[in-house]
Amino acid sequence: MARARDDSSPLFAGNAAGTLRLIVYLALAVVLMVLDQRNGWLWRLRSAASAVVEPVYRLAGLPAEGARTLSVAFADRQHLTSENQRLREDLLLANAKLNRMAAVAVQNQHLKELLDTQHSLELNVQLARVIGVDLGAYRYRLTLNVGSRDGVRQGQPVIDAHGVMGQVVEVLPHTAVVMLITDPSHAVPVTIARTGLRTVAYGARDGDELSLPNLPLAADVRVGDKLLTSGIGGRFPPGFPVGQVDQVSPAATGMFQVALARPAADIDRSADVLLLHDQAEPEGPPAPATPAGPPASQNPGLPATSVSPPGKPSVNAGVPR
Amino acid sequence: MNRQRWSQWWFVGTLMVALLLMLVPLPGVLEPFKPYWPALLLLYWALESEDQVSLGLAFGVGLCADLLDGVLLGEQALRLCALAFIALRFRSRLRFFPMWQQALAVLALLLNDRILLLVVRMLAGATLPPASWWISPFVGAALWPFLFLLLDDLRARLRIQ
Repeated sequence: MARARDDSSPLFAGNAAGTLRLIVYLALAVVLMVLDQRNGWLWRLRSAASAVVEPVYRLAGLPAEGARTLSVAFADRQHLTSENQRLREDLLLANAKLNRMAAVAVQNQHLKELLDTQHSLELNVQLARVIGVDLGAYRYRLTLNVGSRDGVRQGQPVIDAHGVMGQVVEVLPHTAVVMLITDPSHAVPVTIARTGLRTVAYGARDGDELSLPNLPLAADVRVGDKLLTSGIGGRFPPGFPVGQVDQVSPAATGMFQVALARPAADIDRSADVLLLHDQAEPEGPPAPATPAGPPASQNPGLPATSVSPPGKPSVNAGVPR
Repeated sequence: MNRQRWSQWWFVGTLMVALLLMLVPLPGVLEPFKPYWPALLLLYWALESEDQVSLGLAFGVGLCADLLDGVLLGEQALRLCALAFIALRFRSRLRFFPMWQQALAVLALLLNDRILLLVVRMLAGATLPPASWWISPFVGAALWPFLFLLLDDLRARLRIQ
């Protein structure tokens, strides 16, 4: 069939019909892109096709996994011993610090109980491994080997031993995709640890840095200042290290100062990460008070727990103390 | 009959391997050097066996790549469609080019593809990529002669049409 067409126009195959088809396909692609951009179809389609997509990810992650295994297998003994030694020292140091912190934590707990707040210092975390898959979007995403079957939900913060890495943006049954804090479309509310100034850290446009684009000119920001999550917005719990300022300069407009910060987490070296399970306390406007009605025992038809909004910790008013 | 089925499997298999290679990450330094494998394989098949490659196939491969890549549904479908169209239109000339000229043509096609991608990403609100982002087409073009000869040789050995 194709040969016959070749005979009719031997040198310049392709004609009006081909062009028409091209236009139809291009239009179809554009429509798909616009619809996806608006409605996020791709991810719904992906979770529907997860049975196919996830094995492919695991398969594509194999070379990276193999390289990691090989590097351990062929690393010389001395290297491993020294690494082991270093880890032991780190652990010792961390344990010593923890022991000192324990007393402070107990005291803190007491004070908080007195103040009747529900902040907790305890971490509820889940360990996850990074699958080495290149998702094409200029390297600002990570794929993890846990998913909705393991209790991962969209919006969970991801940290490593040194600080905040990002948050879960998409969840498939056995994998999850993390948007890193260095992604230009990501923003994390931070405070500067030394001064307590609150601001927002965005992913820098080029490379693996964070940028603080709108600091007031009068603000006291210096190179070396540490950034912590402020907890505002409720996505990231307060007090986690985010980065360290390594450059401060006036903005091009002259209206603000701009600071660049290096992320505290090992953004492109971590192979194991931690998923935070307890979502941050909602700060900002207080939850609406529960309407005072008759006690639950008088109308058993209504479930007693329906007063707390879904996805948020139950409000104090609903819990008798 | 059996041979025909083999050649079908070979064709589908190479395209699937290309999609897989697209997902395999390279160590940080080499990352910008990764060529766009699906485009290279699709070009090869467009030049070698015209009956099997059509715009519809390019669109399908692109959709699969989008499904795996997860950036924007339809983005790679658009790029691969444009690529396949140009390749099919100039197929009879491209085939008789000497190898270096063919590699140059591949470079032009891949650069065109990057420009398309840039336009799409810009419209979607992404930021300007770093300069190293433009290395990939050159690597693809440099690999083209080897890929072409390797695949041709394999095809001859496996006696696949």
